[in-house]
Amino acid sequence: MNILSLIRIAIRALMRNKKRAGLTMLGIIIGIASVIAMVSLGQSSTLSVREQLSGMGSNMIMIMPARQMRGGVNMGSASAQSLDMRDLNALEQNTRYVANVSPLVNSSAQLVFGSNNHPGSIQGVAPSYLNIRMYKLESGIMFTDEDVKKYNKVCVIGKTVVENLFKNGENPIGQVVRFGSIPMKVIGVLEAKGQNQMGQDQDDVVLVPYTTVQKRFMAINHFNMLFASATSEEESEYAATEITYILRSNHKIAPGAEDDFEIRTQEELLTTMSSVTQLLTVLLAAIASISLIVGGIGIMNIMYVTVTERTKEIGLRMAIGAQNRDIMLQFLSESVILSLIGGLIGIILGLILSYLLSYVLKWPFVVSQTAILVSFLVCAATGIFFGWYPAKKAANMDPIAALRYE
Amino acid sequence: MDNEILKITNLKRIFRVGNEDVHALNGVTFSIERGEFVSIMGTSGSGKSTLLNILGCLDRPSAGEYCIDGVAVSTLSKKELSTLRNRKIGFVFQNYNLLARTTAIENVELPLMYNSQVSSKERRERAIEALVAVGLENRLMHMPNQMSGGQQQRVAIARALVNDPVILLADEATGNLDTRTSYEIMSLFQDLHDKGKTIAFVTHEPDIAVFTTRTIKLRDGNIIEDVPVEMQSAALALQNYKEFKI
Ligand SMILES: Nc1ncnc2c1ncn2[C@@H]1O[C@H](COP(=O)(O)OP(=O)(O)OP(=O)(O)O)[C@@H](O)[C@H]1O
Ligand SMILES: [Mg+2]
Repeated sequence: MNILSLIRIAIRALMRNKKRAGLTMLGIIIGIASVIAMVSLGQSSTLSVREQLSGMGSNMIMIMPARQMRGGVNMGSASAQSLDMRDLNALEQNTRYVANVSPLVNSSAQLVFGSNNHPGSIQGVAPSYLNIRMYKLESGIMFTDEDVKKYNKVCVIGKTVVENLFKNGENPIGQVVRFGSIPMKVIGVLEAKGQNQMGQDQDDVVLVPYTTVQKRFMAINHFNMLFASATSEEESEYAATEITYILRSNHKIAPGAEDDFEIRTQEELLTTMSSVTQLLTVLLAAIASISLIVGGIGIMNIMYVTVTERTKEIGLRMAIGAQNRDIMLQFLSESVILSLIGGLIGIILGLILSYLLSYVLKWPFVVSQTAILVSFLVCAATGIFFGWYPAKKAANMDPIAALRYE
Repeated sequence: MDNEILKITNLKRIFRVGNEDVHALNGVTFSIERGEFVSIMGTSGSGKSTLLNILGCLDRPSAGEYCIDGVAVSTLSKKELSTLRNRKIGFVFQNYNLLARTTAIENVELPLMYNSQVSSKERRERAIEALVAVGLENRLMHMPNQMSGGQQQRVAIARALVNDPVILLADEATGNLDTRTSYEIMSLFQDLHDKGKTIAFVTHEPDIAVFTTRTIKLRDGNIIEDVPVEMQSAALALQNYKEFKI
């Protein structure tokens, strides 16, 4: 019997029990649809992470103090004070691949304006910070090196801060906001950036000259971090090497000794984040494939029922010359076609689902050809695997007993 | 010798049920020549179906020799047996065994589906030919549930004929039919016999056996009688039946 007539016979047999075939397919449909949706969503999220990270400036380099170990106890990087003014100056002057450098000094304070207040995260930075982090001003101006030199009490604030402090729609520019007890003048407002991938609000930010934070808020001389940008994305690695060299000589670290600082380029971060979302994708797909297995068991179940129901037909076919192989193929093609049609519907449904979800989540919509191809193959394999035993049972029947079966 | 279609020698079939052996066939010997119309008779449980299943290569004997159309069956593999059934044997069953919701023509085509040497065009032609031969040229596209019992049995006979078998094997082919329809079916078998078909026909009704040319009687797995019969015309019986009983 050739393949074409096998397929025809199988489809005919399935059409005789449309409802049953449909319900059996449902398991496969749900399984495949969820696999496709999960994989697509995973890939969308990877893509959106990439977009967001490069929105932060893809040639950005972060330099932070290394974690300090004291008697085997990890003191965290915040306790370290290895980065200071000398490092900043060195990086500003002696580098080739570093375009901009800005320190970061963190502080926090309750911001008050009139009767409104808001817990603010204050970032003491240099004017170049805007470039490095790709922030843009919506109105007003950025503070200048002059402001840095004089510890001026000026600030540039993000949208979230504006919304919380200026509830009556006042123009924030020129207003004076109290940071705890220190009055600061608002000279600029940043363009909205939204949440980053970790769910942090990038607009809940207050930028202040780093000297102001160091002298007026904290009374310290070191920086929490340094931000730099490479001259180009490709040159990030050179820049990182350069920075390492300068900082090591600045800190007088003996050859072979460990750095007392850590450098992270955006590229590394990108890889880490991608591998996290990829792991998530794999996990989700694994969960979804469980429903595929359940669907396969459904097919097996129905195929057993079908084989039993058609015992007499099997006996007859054997009597008129069907070989075991013919019977086997007949039932196998039924289960394979069942799962392939289910898979096809599942793929379409999964694509629709992931399109809708990525639309709602505002993620880019990705069609994963690999996932579709793999799903299709998995469907065929499911049909063969779960149809095998019922088909084997049919093929091994004794024709006389089968013909007598009532 | 040339005319011998099948020959069995000292054929035995023993079923083991629990600890007991059931001797369904107990050393049966006979041969059937080309063009014979043999009825196999006997009471229920005498071994008729068992014998027919072996003749049809659905079952293997426990002992004894079986030759069909010059082939010693005991040497064949399972696969070769399937092919042999497909090419040389036509089965007709008591309960027709047609595929439900499948047209007459497709039911008849079925044996040829398992013969890769027959093209789909030839398959269709031969199926139509067979259905014409059994007088169903007007029922080609009917489903089994749209036909009478007699018509369904005719489809089954057409299916048995379509591969041009060396022998037709029928097990109580009239068992489910009323007298009149039985006569019609027997008349059809006689037509086929006239055209040269060899037929082995199991029945336990003596008034059906009179339409054959030879009767083999079984009892408890042994042949107790093997005699030629003066064949009566089923067509005539049918005519008489119509005139006097209705
Ligand atoms: N598969 C089997 N297992 C055990 N015993 C069997 C089997 N098939 C047949 N027999 C036994 O073999 C004997 C002959 O059975 P068979 O079916 O050949 O009778 P029969 O002549 O066709 O009867 P009937 O006219 O009722 O159809 C019976 O005693 C039966 O019980
Ligand atoms: Mg019987």
